[in-house]
Amino acid sequence: MSDIKPDMSVNIGGLQMKNPVTVASGTFGYGPEYAELVDLNRLGAITVKGICAEPHTGNQTPRTFETRCGMLNAIGLPGPGAKGFIESYGEFLAQYDLPVIVNVWGKRVEEYGRVVEMLSDEPIVSAFEVNVSCPNVKEGGSLYGTDTKSFASVIETVRAKTAKPLIPKLAPNVSDITLFAKTAEDCGADAISIMNSYPAMAINIETRKPELANRSGGLSGPAIKPIAIKLVWEAARAVSIPVIGMGGISCAEDAIEFIIAGASAVAVGTANFTDPSTVIRVIDGIEAYLIRHDIPSIGDLCGTVL
Amino acid sequence: MTGTETKSCFFQFFLCVKCPFVFRGIQPLKQEQTRILEHRHEQADYWVMQLSAPGIGPEVRPGQFIGLQAPRLDNAVLRRPFSVYRADNESVSILYKVVGKGTAAINRLLPGETIDIIGPLGNGFPEATPGLTPVRIGGGYGAAALQLQARTLQKKGTVFFGGRTASDILCADEFKALGWTVEIATEDGSVGSRGLVTDTFDRWLDERSDTDIELFACGPEGMLRAFGDRAVDRDFKAWLSMDRHMACGVGACLTCVIKKNDPEKGWQWARCCKDGPVFESREIAWDE
Ligand SMILES: Cc1cc2nc3c(=O)[nH]c(=O)nc-3n(C[C@H](O)[C@H](O)[C@H](O)COP(=O)(O)OP(=O)(O)OC[C@H]3O[C@@H](n4cnc5c(N)ncnc54)[C@H](O)[C@@H]3O)c2cc1C
Ligand SMILES: Cc1cc2nc3c(=O)[nH]c(=O)nc-3n(C[C@H](O)[C@H](O)[C@H](O)COP(=O)(O)O)c2cc1C
Ligand code: FES
Repeated sequence: MSDIKPDMSVNIGGLQMKNPVTVASGTFGYGPEYAELVDLNRLGAITVKGICAEPHTGNQTPRTFETRCGMLNAIGLPGPGAKGFIESYGEFLAQYDLPVIVNVWGKRVEEYGRVVEMLSDEPIVSAFEVNVSCPNVKEGGSLYGTDTKSFASVIETVRAKTAKPLIPKLAPNVSDITLFAKTAEDCGADAISIMNSYPAMAINIETRKPELANRSGGLSGPAIKPIAIKLVWEAARAVSIPVIGMGGISCAEDAIEFIIAGASAVAVGTANFTDPSTVIRVIDGIEAYLIRHDIPSIGDLCGTVL
Repeated sequence: MTGTETKSCFFQFFLCVKCPFVFRGIQPLKQEQTRILEHRHEQADYWVMQLSAPGIGPEVRPGQFIGLQAPRLDNAVLRRPFSVYRADNESVSILYKVVGKGTAAINRLLPGETIDIIGPLGNGFPEATPGLTPVRIGGGYGAAALQLQARTLQKKGTVFFGGRTASDILCADEFKALGWTVEIATEDGSVGSRGLVTDTFDRWLDERSDTDIELFACGPEGMLRAFGDRAVDRDFKAWLSMDRHMACGVGACLTCVIKKNDPEKGWQWARCCKDGPVFESREIAWDE
């Protein structure tokens, strides 16, 4: 064991992070919600809840339902819109030493372009994660994530609107993830993130009604981790841009598994609800692992699966 | 867990930023490893659990709640929300009903075991308005949320409890001991008058010469709505503690939203966990 601190910093397609850990969009609000429980200055980056150009109300309730080792959500992407986001949270986020990844979405291709255009010049915005894989909105949403042609048109459109790092978030429910990873790379994406929640459903057998108002939703949490590991492993080998891995990470060991599979950075999602201290434990645990295994830099661990 | 710098930034945020959500006061939120000091049976399916919580205990205001991570429930990803029933400088207590897997797991815990909690969550009840007679309405475990405020109030008022049967009536003796007048209604008449608590309340209100009252209520939604309607009809304020399924408990996930009246848009979502759980009856846009 060496006593030199390992290098935890990563560069995700131009986005410089002091450590490889961010939070998953939609599970950490816009920053203030967890700021009293989690020292935001310690995060590698924050990924905020999905934003579209205009304010959006989202789905009816119930919006989430707990399942074994996971949960379903069909929140439906409510949010303050691009302008509202900057007005309400810009100053707050600017107080921290914290890169901000803004997760964006749209109902049509042009809307993706508009939200990125509206936010691209904002100094607070460090990078864009492009949500083409939300299972919970009727229009657009997962369609853009499951059809390579529509997917390419979204990525090309947003690429034309910003020079900031662009990170398409891929849908897990595709027959070949490498096609989407390569398309993203070909369209000029700087990195990709994998995975969004997996389309899923639960029914109450007494009422025979679906448990979610939206009927179906997306499964997240520990239940999906093995699926995410395989997708990250496949995609990371197919492209040369970095991959942000997520899906069920609830401890440092989970995160390390993603990194060995090929992820350059990771995101903690549902586990924030279970235990808000997870993200800090993950950062500390990765560093302890590197020290224990005499690995000088986090990059040396990435994609080392045998 | 939190650096003081972060906290002061957080306070600045509320001073300088236009936030789309309405905040009614802020408490420092904490995550605390607590130890079970006492765990006792109250009645029927109801239990009381006292947790050592020197961090959270002194910060709690009446009507606030905690997010409790049920130990040894490995396949659950969500915390469970419980109103704070008692709080002091060293501890918080909850009064809970066993209804499902989380509460069943909590129920098996013994004094000395540890539980992770976050709190205090939510806005809680506002200060009682001086000059108005406080009236409390409780149904089932809703009685828990009402206890704390009654203990701190100088002025004694009347508390109405409603339920299906005698075992749903909680805390009546505690309110009596504090000098409150207690009115009880059960649907089966097993204790108090037979019928709905709204009927008992209506009779009581009709006998009063004034409506200089202020209502604080926690219980099933149907009951809250019935009292909310009366508040509008009879022109008094009713502070209702709303119960919604929650995931994060801190305002991040937008699971627990409730429709709030909005002069421009008709209605707008508010987060029950962060902007509530207490809303004045006129704020709520009830579903048709
Ligand atoms: C702000 C707030 C304060 C609360 N205070 C108390 C309290 O002081 N004492 C108390 O006993 N309970 C309280 N509850 C309800 C409590 O959180 C639920 O009973 C508990 O989460 C159920 O967990 P479970 O795992 O046992 O049930 P599950 O196995 O998850 O579900 C079992 C049954 O409980 C119902 N249930 C689940 N969550 C809720 C909920 N939020 N409200 C009503 N029913 C629910 C389910 O619909 C289901 O029928 C409060 C809820 C909220 C939102
Ligand atoms: C309540 C909730 C809300 C979410 N909202 C978004 C969102 O707005 N945009 C997005 O791209 N992903 C969203 N997601 C998906 C997560 O970012 C993440 O991809 C997924 O939950 C898998 O990670 P996890 O298992 O660690 O939660 C949401 C997930 C949850 C549980
Ligand atoms: S429970 Fe997450 S916002 Fe209220």
